Amino acid sequence: MHPAFSVIGFTVASGAGYGLFILLVLAEVYGFADIDVPVALSSGLLALVLISGGLLSSTLHLANPKNAWRAFFRFRTSWLSREGVFAVLFYPAALLYLIGVYVNDAQPNGLVSFVGLSAVVIALATVFSTGMIYGCLKTIRQWNTALTPTNYILLALATGSVLLVMILAFADKDINAMAGIAIALLALGAIAKAIYYFWVRTVTGPTINTATGFTRAKVRLLDTGHTAGTFLTQEFGYQAPMSLLTQLRVVVFALGFAVPAALLAFMILGLPSGLVALVGVVAMFAGIAAERWLFFAEARHVINLYHGAQHT
Amino acid sequence: MKLGLVIDLDVCVGCHGCAVSCKQWNTSGMTGALTDYNPYGQDPSGVWFNRIRSYEVGDYPNNKTINFPMSCMHCEQADCVDVCPTGASYKRVEDGIVLVDQDKCMGCNYCSWACPYGARELDRSTGTMKKCTLCLDRIYDERLEEVDRQPSCVITCPAHARHFGDFDDPDSNVSKLVRERGGYQLMPELGYSPTNRYLPPRVTRLIPTEDVSKKSLISSVKEWVNKMVER
Ligand code: SF4
Ligand code: SF4
Repeated sequence: MHPAFSVIGFTVASGAGYGLFILLVLAEVYGFADIDVPVALSSGLLALVLISGGLLSSTLHLANPKNAWRAFFRFRTSWLSREGVFAVLFYPAALLYLIGVYVNDAQPNGLVSFVGLSAVVIALATVFSTGMIYGCLKTIRQWNTALTPTNYILLALATGSVLLVMILAFADKDINAMAGIAIALLALGAIAKAIYYFWVRTVTGPTINTATGFTRAKVRLLDTGHTAGTFLTQEFGYQAPMSLLTQLRVVVFALGFAVPAALLAFMILGLPSGLVALVGVVAMFAGIAAERWLFFAEARHVINLYHGAQHT
Repeated sequence: MKLGLVIDLDVCVGCHGCAVSCKQWNTSGMTGALTDYNPYGQDPSGVWFNRIRSYEVGDYPNNKTINFPMSCMHCEQADCVDVCPTGASYKRVEDGIVLVDQDKCMGCNYCSWACPYGARELDRSTGTMKKCTLCLDRIYDERLEEVDRQPSCVITCPAHARHFGDFDDPDSNVSKLVRERGGYQLMPELGYSPTNRYLPPRVTRLIPTEDVSKKSLISSVKEWVNKMVER
C-alpha cells in the first residue's frame, strides 16, 4: 500500500495525544505522579494539540473534503465513522475534565475523576477504532488481525507515557513511577511489534490461483491491459525494496523503543533533565513514524494478485 | 432480484470492446464523466469500470491464454458499502446493484481498500469514487427496445462472452449458464459472495504443434529473400 504521509502523521500524532491524555488522567486519579494544575493543563493542552493536528492532517488525504462532515453518519457499520464520532465526543469530556482539575486545584474529586475516566474510555475507543479501520479489511492480510488494534493502542499509550515523563521532568517533578510505567509500555509495544513481524512472515490467504479460479495450474500474468499506471497500481502497487524494509525495522526497534527506554532508565538513575526526555521523545517519534510507514509499505492488497503477484 | 453478469472465459478474446463501450456509455451516465488523465501524452490513464487482463494458465504444452475481464461483482456481502463512512456507497435492496452517490462521497478511498476486485477507482478530477453501475440507466430505460435493455458491455461483446440476468431466478439465462458450465466466484474464501460468475474454459483437445509440416525448399528460400531484401 502506498504510505500517505498525512495518514502517518495523523495516526502517530493523535495516537500520542490520546495516550498522553489517558496517562494524565490515570496518574492524577490514581496518584502515581505528582500532577498539579500547571502539569495537568500543559499535558492536556499538548494532548489536544496533537490530537487536533492529527485529525486535521487526516482530512488532507480526502479527495473531496467538502463532504467530510457526512463521515459521522455510518456509525453502525463503518470503523472510520466510529472513529470520527468518538474523536468528537472526546473533546467535551476532555475539556470538562481539564476545567474540573483547574477549578478543583488538582485535588481528588469524585466527579472530576468520573469525567476524566469517561474521557479515558472514549480515547481508548477512538484509538481502537483507528486500529480497526485497518484491522477489519479482509483484503489486506497483513492488517486483518487482532495484532493491528493491539499495536495501535499499545503504541498510543507508550508514546503518551514518554511525553508525560517529559512534561513532569520539565516541571521538576518526581518522574520515577511514570518513567517505570513508560519503560514497561515501551517494552510491551516492542514485544507486540516483534510478534507482528514474525506473524506477518507466514503467507496465508488468497493466491493468484483463487483470485482467478484456476486452482489446478500455474497462473502467470501476461498483460495488465494498460500502458500507464492506473488508480489501482498507484494506490495498491507500491513496493519498497526489501533492504529498506529490514533497515527500517531496525530503526523502529532502536529509535522507537530502545533509545527512549534507555534514556528513561538513565533518568530514573538520577539524570532528571527535561532535555534528556525531549531527546527520548524525538527519537521515539522518529521510530514510531518509521513503524507506521512500514505498516503501510508492507501491506499487500489482494488486487496485486491480478497484477501478477502470486500471493499477498 | 439479484442482477449480475456471467463472463465466459472460454470465448473472451480480450479485445477490450466491453471496456471501451462501458467507458463510452457511462461517461455520460449517472456517475458522470470518466475522466482521462493526459489523454494525448506519454502516459494516458483514466477511470475505467472494466479492466481486461491476460494470463497464461498451465505449463507448456498444456498452457492456455485466458483473457480476464473484471468489473464490479455487486457482491452480496459488500464490504465496500459497510466501510463507507458517509453512506455514499450503497447496495440497492431491490436488485442488488452497488452504487456510489456522487453527491455524498468524500473521496477517502476506504471503499477501494475494502474491494478485493479492484472495482472502484477514484476520479481525481471530481474527487469522488466511481464504479460499474451495471448500466442501471440502460437496463431500466423503457424507451429502449427490450433487447437493448442490457449493460453496454454485454451488448457490445463481439464474442458473446458476457451475459446479464437475474441470479435469483433459476430459469434465467445466467442461472442456467452457471449450472451447465460450472460458473464460479473469484476469491470465495474472502466471503464477499460476489454475484458475477465466471465460466471456465471448456476442455478441448490439444492443438499439436510438433507435427507442423516441415518447411519446403521454396518457402525457405522465400523467407531468406524476404529477410535480405530491404524495402
Ligand atoms: S471514497 Fe466515497 S464511497 Fe468510498 S468509502 Fe469514501 S466516502 Fe464512501
Ligand atoms: S468485449 Fe467480450 S471478448 Fe472483448 S474483452 Fe470484453 S468480454 Fe472479452
